[in-house]
Amino acid sequence: MEANDIIKAQLLDARDLERTLHRMARQLVEMFAPDEDGAGRFGLIGMQTRGVYLARRLQRIMSEVDGIDVPLGVLDVTMYRDDFRMRMKQPVVRETKIDFDVDGRHLVLVDDVLYTGRTVRAGLDALTDLGRPASVHFLVIVDRGHRELPIKADFVGRKVPTLPGEEVRVRVQELDGKEGVWLVDHPNTEGNNA
Amino acid sequence: MTESTAHSENQPTEGGLKHRHLLGLEGYSAGEIHLILETARQFRDVLDRPIRRVPTLRGITVVNLFFEPSTRTRISFELAEKRLSADTVNFTASGSSVSKGETLKDTAQNIEAMKIDMVVLRHVSAGAPHFLTRCVDAVVINAGDGAHEHPTQALLDMLTISDHLGSLEGRNISIIGDILHSRVARSNIHGLLAVGANVTICGPNPLLPRHLEEMSPNGRVRVTHRLDEALEGADVAMALRIQMERQGRNLFPSTREYHEQYGIRLEHLDRYPDLLVMHPGPVNRGVELASEVVDHERAVILNQVTNGVAVRMAVLYLLSGSRVAE
Repeated sequence: MEANDIIKAQLLDARDLERTLHRMARQLVEMFAPDEDGAGRFGLIGMQTRGVYLARRLQRIMSEVDGIDVPLGVLDVTMYRDDFRMRMKQPVVRETKIDFDVDGRHLVLVDDVLYTGRTVRAGLDALTDLGRPASVHFLVIVDRGHRELPIKADFVGRKVPTLPGEEVRVRVQELDGKEGVWLVDHPNTEGNNA
Repeated sequence: MTESTAHSENQPTEGGLKHRHLLGLEGYSAGEIHLILETARQFRDVLDRPIRRVPTLRGITVVNLFFEPSTRTRISFELAEKRLSADTVNFTASGSSVSKGETLKDTAQNIEAMKIDMVVLRHVSAGAPHFLTRCVDAVVINAGDGAHEHPTQALLDMLTISDHLGSLEGRNISIIGDILHSRVARSNIHGLLAVGANVTICGPNPLLPRHLEEMSPNGRVRVTHRLDEALEGADVAMALRIQMERQGRNLFPSTREYHEQYGIRLEHLDRYPDLLVMHPGPVNRGVELASEVVDHERAVILNQVTNGVAVRMAVLYLLSGSRVAE
């Protein structure tokens, strides 16, 4: 977890997370049928940082279960954030790498936690600057409520009502060395889950 | 975030820059320099997109204060600011109140009274940016001050070198020409030494600094008067512009003789097949570099120009956060 985190509950363990991802992969295949017109009109966009790892899992499941190779891009929205005047130090700008043409494609943005909705708002702006997708859908592992913008996710792993001061931590093996979702108390949080 | 990063000196520092201004690279750590270069790489990608603009600095006002003629640096900063959606104001010495006798301090305070967040300053006097930080609250970025420093030029040079060589640490960089009057050389020496590169300086004796040990307290700068010694084993030859305006002060006999002794020619590129050639521009063709060398595929002068915009975007972005810190 992070410094000062006090764990209150584990919401998903590694097996739960894997099952959730499998279910969501099924929903994506059902809705977009990327196996029928090739994967040419579909694309996953993982949002930095953990959304990238989660999108890779979905990509792998769709490859193993359905035999479809769907393209995957990486999106960093730091340049598009709207909390500019409230920050003391600038967050690190991470890589954006989308090697396919987004024009006319059905895109699914993948992130770990949906909170205020500001990150995905920035993500939509970033995507719009890269082209004109046919549609953009949004997939999150945890929707923790407290939206500040009229935004909702199309695919939700789990809805978790949270209190102010609480945070939801999604951790993945590849990056964190452990796997699962935790509800924690984080005093004086700056709200880095958005 | 508890990211498992193996921390070494040559990794970008976490938590942003430790400095509030960019007055020079003296005092910037390897980690800070790597953070700027890594951020610049991300911003460079923006320059290749269909829409080459991001809203990152929306609402931030930057004034470009140029008290000395400059074309490429000013345009590069202006473009970087526009690519980041900052509001920009240009102020050049000619045709302004400076020609009416206003002091730097008065100019700065007047500009600040107009609610400016950041100032990019080019000035003939060394130390002018430092002086400015004591007059105004805005973040100050040095775009060249006298013979002192030109930090964004050195940063774009380092980005270009690491693009081509993969790393900076342990690389051999030779800076050739008028080191004495060169703020580009000074910034490069500070920056390159910080990231662990080896620096050789080369030029006619009157154009080499007297007190080199003060510039490089750790003494890793090698000095030579012979071009071949500078090029032997070098990964990069960085030729500096001979400032024609300083000619007539008899610092070297003639530009023709300079070219014969210190100009990089095709024969050098043949003799050193891995050597990269750089130049901060504008080039005096046939003086620092033979004309064929300027157009050679191993001359990366135009890459330097592209990287200039990206590096300046990175610096503007990283320092804009320190604006609210005080």
